[in-house]
Amino acid sequence: MSTLQTSVTVEAPRADAPSLWSRLRVNRNWLGMWFMLPAAAFLVLFLAYPLGLGIWMSFTDERIGRPGIFIGAENYQWLWDDSIFWLSVFNTLLYTLIASAIKFAVGLYLALLLNRHMPFKALIRSIVLIPFIVPTVLSAIAFWWIYDAQFSIISWSLIRLGIIEHNINFLGDGNWARASVIFANIWRGVPFVAITLLAGLQTVSPSLYEAATLDGASNWQRFRYITYPLLTPIIAVVMTFSVLFTFTDFQLIWALTRGGPVNATHLMATLSYQRGIISGRLGEGAAIATAMIPFLLAAIAISWFGMQRRKWQQGSNND
Amino acid sequence: MTDFSTSRRSLFKGGASLLAAAATMSGDELLGYAKAWAETSQWKPEAGAKVNLLRWKRFVEAEDVAFMKIVDAFQKANNVTINVSNESYDDIQPKASVAANTGQGLDMVWGLYSLPFLFPAKCVDMSDVADYLGKKCGGWAPSGEAYGKYNGKWIGIPVAATGGLVNYRMSAAEKAGHKEFPKDLAGFADLIKGMNKNGTPAGMALGHASGDANGWLHWALWAHGGNLIDKDNKVVINSPETAKALEYVKGLYENFVPGTASWNDSSNNKAFLAGQLYLTVNGISIYVTAKTENPQMAADINHAHLPAGVDGKTRELHLGFPILVFNFSKFPQTCKAFTAFMLEPDQFNPWVQAAQGYLSPFLTGYNSNPIWTSDPKNTPYRDVAATANTPAGIGKMGEDAAAAIADFVVVDMFANYCTGREDLKTAMMTAERSAKRIFR
Repeated sequence: MSTLQTSVTVEAPRADAPSLWSRLRVNRNWLGMWFMLPAAAFLVLFLAYPLGLGIWMSFTDERIGRPGIFIGAENYQWLWDDSIFWLSVFNTLLYTLIASAIKFAVGLYLALLLNRHMPFKALIRSIVLIPFIVPTVLSAIAFWWIYDAQFSIISWSLIRLGIIEHNINFLGDGNWARASVIFANIWRGVPFVAITLLAGLQTVSPSLYEAATLDGASNWQRFRYITYPLLTPIIAVVMTFSVLFTFTDFQLIWALTRGGPVNATHLMATLSYQRGIISGRLGEGAAIATAMIPFLLAAIAISWFGMQRRKWQQGSNND
Repeated sequence: MTDFSTSRRSLFKGGASLLAAAATMSGDELLGYAKAWAETSQWKPEAGAKVNLLRWKRFVEAEDVAFMKIVDAFQKANNVTINVSNESYDDIQPKASVAANTGQGLDMVWGLYSLPFLFPAKCVDMSDVADYLGKKCGGWAPSGEAYGKYNGKWIGIPVAATGGLVNYRMSAAEKAGHKEFPKDLAGFADLIKGMNKNGTPAGMALGHASGDANGWLHWALWAHGGNLIDKDNKVVINSPETAKALEYVKGLYENFVPGTASWNDSSNNKAFLAGQLYLTVNGISIYVTAKTENPQMAADINHAHLPAGVDGKTRELHLGFPILVFNFSKFPQTCKAFTAFMLEPDQFNPWVQAAQGYLSPFLTGYNSNPIWTSDPKNTPYRDVAATANTPAGIGKMGEDAAAAIADFVVVDMFANYCTGREDLKTAMMTAERSAKRIFR
């Protein structure tokens, strides 16, 4: 390249103007930029702009049908000593932590099972996906009947079996209600984790297991030193998505409890909707939604930095 | 509920003939009437107007059929198009709100509660329509004005309300020692207690049920002299009267069927019709369903107004159905003409009848509709407009009061105390704080 340049220096003044263009013309990055532009515009228009607008709205007193004026952090000040808001933060964290942890454990277990050779493998794998395919609202309505205060099939069966005497107050008691919605969320979320982890498991070369078996490794050792380290990148991605989906869950709660009883199952998303859309205070609803962003960023950051560390990915220490 | 028995027979006869008249006015006659109406109407629909109307999804099929007949006649007579879309109760408000905010999509909405008050600035002034109807149909009940007027202007036409009244099984009430339905608070509490003891419990929603829970809990608050806001919309929820209301409701709650804290708007209907619930507060829909599905139960059902408050007055919160026109609509005259046309006695009467008591008009002229007396069990629903208060209570109806009811401030206060999550003082303070956040 350098030799080439020295040989054309004489002609440089004349060739300078077209050379920029001709250089750009063959420049892959320049071309790449144009290819990326539609996608970038799409992202800005449909993601960055609404996000920015939402954050801006949280600093105004905008209501439905009426533009707001800038009021600084007033919405946030009101939220700061609003016990219902903090209850929703607590609920959201509890909901996300417990549901994600159980989804991961059950999903991993299921993936390991499905990875084995068994008859009707393909059929069973597709059956596992069913809870994920059913529209959320439909499954929520099914759960609503299962948990109904008067017509719950669980209460009915247990009473018939003589185990309990009264209907269980599934959605009417704060803690029961939390457990119930978390269970419904887990039921829906497990297939996603299981199938994605299964895809990861299939990429692990069988020869590694064969070698380990020859070395006399136990089942646990094979899982701990082969499966788990090779699966870590997939786990990081799956759990990031799982946490994000759970944290921002809305439909399930809204269809089951509307955030009740007495706000015991109000998540930040449902509270934001109730205040922003139902009672028309867009600014306050936007403030609650914006308050979710730091939590989401933290969840993303953890897996992002995790994935950046190659050694961690490969399962060894970071020394 | 007391004075009709003397002339029940004659009223029933009258009702039957009017029903027959209404039935004959289908098809061509209705169209001819609509054409004649259009010629003399003070609102001239814009040529080729296309109006998008969003309404709540019907509960009673005959009501919907009657409504679509009116729409059809209006379309043909005026050569306009009215697209009617139906949404369930819960989805009306978000959709209307989006339309109000974006300024497109819908021309008019027939919604619930205090919908026009959520965005009064986006509503067309309907005072001319309201005045016309008031003159023609016996005048507006005061509650109708409260539901329609904002700063002296009509921002919506309150078409009707679904009364939230007591639905009860007569046999169960009688067994609990109340052959006559109790007229005061103490008697009512005694009835609920007695029914629970007999294993025929009552139950009313304490969950986030926008219609059912808000209705009876506001009654309980007002009956004890409590209020969320005073005349000047200042928050006054933290008061000894509220405390009394809380104690009273807790006493009722302890005798309810279990699980009412999780109930939504349909829970009490289901439980009542399944024979697990013997008293609740609801529209007439349970009775209407029972008449066709379980006539034996229907024969045992009766309705009553909630008992009067400590001052002897009955104030109830019913589910109003206001219709509003957006000010960004290109066809305001068409919308106004349609609103006036649909409340015109010649078709509104058959329609009220088709709704079988589910819709109680705010125009007092419709009190003489035979539906209210043909079956004495419908009669309490006739007086819905007379006992109705807006969600603002003694305060001024507006955006804030509409927001407070949508945010379940009062419901959560009662549920907080009844379920034992908070003590009396904390429950009131939480509600006070929530209300101050809204009425700031």
